[in-house]
Amino acid sequence: MVGTSIDACVSMTQTFLKTGAQMQDQSEIIRLEADAVNSARTRQPLYAPRRKIFPKRASGDFRRFKWIVMAITLGIYYLTPWLRWDRGPFAPDQAVLIDLANRRFYFFFIEIWPQEFFFVAGLLVMAGIGLFLVTSTVGRAWCGYTCPQTVWVDLFLVVERAIEGDRNARIKLDAAPWSFTKVATRVIKHTIWLCIAVATGGAWIFYFADAPKLVADFVTGEAAASAYMTVAILTATTYMFGGLMREQVCTYMCPWPRIQAAMLDETSLTVTYNDWRGEPRSRHAKRMALAGESIGDCVDCNACVAVCPMGIDIRDGQQLECITCALCIDACDGVMDKLGKERGLISYTTLNDYNANMALATAGGTRPVNPALVRDPDGRLSSKVAHISLRKLFRPRTLIYLGVWSAIGLFMVYALLTRNRLELNVLHDRNPQFVVLSDGSIRNGYTLKLLNMVPRQRNVRLSLTGSLPAASMSMLGSGNPEGGAFDIELEPDRLKTIKVFVRQAAGQAASPLQEFKFIIEDSAGGERADYTATFNAPETAQ
Amino acid sequence: MSDKHIDKISGVSTTGHEWDGIRELNNPMPRWWVWTFYATIFWGLAYTIAYPAWPLLTSSTKGLFGYSSRAEVVQDMAAADAIRGSYVELIKGKTINDILADETLRSIAVSAGGAAFKVNCVQCHGSGAQGSSGYPNLNDDDWLWGGKADAIQQTINHGVRFAGDGQTRDSVMPAFADVLDRKQIQEVSSYVASLTGAAAEQSNIAHGAVIFADNCAACHGADAKGNRELGAPDLTDAIWLNGSGEAAIAAQVKSPKMGVMPAWGDRLGETAVKELAVFVHSLGGSE
Repeated sequence: MVGTSIDACVSMTQTFLKTGAQMQDQSEIIRLEADAVNSARTRQPLYAPRRKIFPKRASGDFRRFKWIVMAITLGIYYLTPWLRWDRGPFAPDQAVLIDLANRRFYFFFIEIWPQEFFFVAGLLVMAGIGLFLVTSTVGRAWCGYTCPQTVWVDLFLVVERAIEGDRNARIKLDAAPWSFTKVATRVIKHTIWLCIAVATGGAWIFYFADAPKLVADFVTGEAAASAYMTVAILTATTYMFGGLMREQVCTYMCPWPRIQAAMLDETSLTVTYNDWRGEPRSRHAKRMALAGESIGDCVDCNACVAVCPMGIDIRDGQQLECITCALCIDACDGVMDKLGKERGLISYTTLNDYNANMALATAGGTRPVNPALVRDPDGRLSSKVAHISLRKLFRPRTLIYLGVWSAIGLFMVYALLTRNRLELNVLHDRNPQFVVLSDGSIRNGYTLKLLNMVPRQRNVRLSLTGSLPAASMSMLGSGNPEGGAFDIELEPDRLKTIKVFVRQAAGQAASPLQEFKFIIEDSAGGERADYTATFNAPETAQ
Repeated sequence: MSDKHIDKISGVSTTGHEWDGIRELNNPMPRWWVWTFYATIFWGLAYTIAYPAWPLLTSSTKGLFGYSSRAEVVQDMAAADAIRGSYVELIKGKTINDILADETLRSIAVSAGGAAFKVNCVQCHGSGAQGSSGYPNLNDDDWLWGGKADAIQQTINHGVRFAGDGQTRDSVMPAFADVLDRKQIQEVSSYVASLTGAAAEQSNIAHGAVIFADNCAACHGADAKGNRELGAPDLTDAIWLNGSGEAAIAAQVKSPKMGVMPAWGDRLGETAVKELAVFVHSLGGSE
């Protein structure tokens, strides 16, 4: 019923419009600026396939620097668990060990107990401020050089190039139909990738247990299930992220680029295409020059695009995807060298310098870019062109970051060097708070936790001090002798729990709540620790 | 949406969202992201099939793996019992004094005994074993039936004045209201109160001492120090089970309150009693 009436309505309207249009002059019809929201012309895909990237091998100063950084960072990661550090017979001899089972963290001469975790928190604070410092000074250097994702992708690319060849060979292979050779190459490449991935996951678990023993257990199938799980997960993530996903991780999955982008300012270094000397770019520079046209240094060879591991064109400007690995600088510098032009068409530059140079090239923004304006008559770059200098990196913002970072570091070192390796914690019995004994004396019970945080046995003397008149102490378990002080043997690197009773003679309680101190003191001299405890007495006992 | 905004630099349209002049580009999502999204949906559904999830009218689906958190708890408990088993065997095979001499076994027995105490004993003796009027404090050093480890074990095993156990600790204090007159009860109460220096009617004390020697010394001893064979309390110390002072003593003389404790040996078994005894012995007042 409803459908019928609507149809009737529409046909009536159409008739009416038709009649109306016939009545008016065609020229009076106004063309409206209207566009269907889903018209094919403007419709964009909801999702897009990934476009493959085949980064070309670069060579130059930055590439060399990246090889060194890669060797150092991978070296640290793979070798650290194998370093030994003698701590005596009562502690592990692995230099860096996160002993989760026993809740200890060993780092060379430093041993951290769970209650000292603030040292680790301090390191994280330093890492955060260090990121501010590095990013505000040299931009996304973390992304470009030291991020594990970058380093492992670099490593996987080395393998890929060794097996499949450089960019052009890889593009050709990718486009080629499946053949025995293609399958064989791919299998070899992925096998090596998987080996690297297993080694990466494998190295991780060595930080959590004795490495030589764990590697034997792991191979013979006797290691804990969690070890195999961890290796399996890290193998999968390394292979996936480093081999298969690569730049997708940086662009779509990682939060760092967003955070780091927010920390850049106009004096931070970023990899920049200096269009003030590059534009107008031309592939026919010589012909254009002969024709008297003004041309820039860029010959549009696309070398910078070919080497980019993110697959972007730096000449489009600063962009989210750029990890500032500087390989485009290397590529472009190589081309400039061949052309006999100054290096630095693509360079690390601050936005301030770039703007100054741009103003120079456009005569203050009044004209299009004219490279002639940044060059002296002899063809060399003008002395007015701004360049980066070390001095520009030191500015209030970076100095403040550096100051805060160093202050936290120094404070942590101080705290580490002066920290106590003997600790005493006391829990007062709360139920009952006190016990009246047959001779009318009052007894309180305490659980003492004595922490010997060094890997050697120590003997300490436990005693009482403070205003607790006529008090004596007894220790449960050792035949309960009463006395004023006890000698206690502390095992290396262990916590010892003892139960202590303190007794005050009848009628001596000055108040229902008296304060006193337990003291432990290393018998060999040196460290001591104390704890202020309370002694409860009934209201009527005073 | 009609005024479609195109970002000049990237040539990409924006979503129309704007923050301080910054617009969000309407880039398409990567295809792998969409596939990952579908994969999580599939995972979520598969999870509800693999594990118990869907509610039915009276129960729920059991899941393909047959997992149940209850079964997991039972397994964990069995595993814990297996670990405990070796210690239980050790404690079973040793005398209580051997256990006290072994620091490891003692601490295990204290933990086990403490747990058993919380279930079986706190109703009378209190959660801190501090007792209350009529129920002895087990922390102090005053023991009616002996404070050595084996004496405590004996008391827990067979109870006190417990009808169902032949070896129970047993004794009866007569109601002296039938034997002594009111004045004599006053006098002996004053005497007993004076033993601990409490407030007492001085004129009664001399007579009271005579009455005590005639009627009470047989059990409480001539020096009033009590007798553990009979569970007769020491009347010279600071601890009074049923209240201190002349009036409370007089009430006790007239018509005594006498505690009863069940025998736990049959109920809990020998090992648990041993652990309980070690726990009580470790409260600090034992001998």
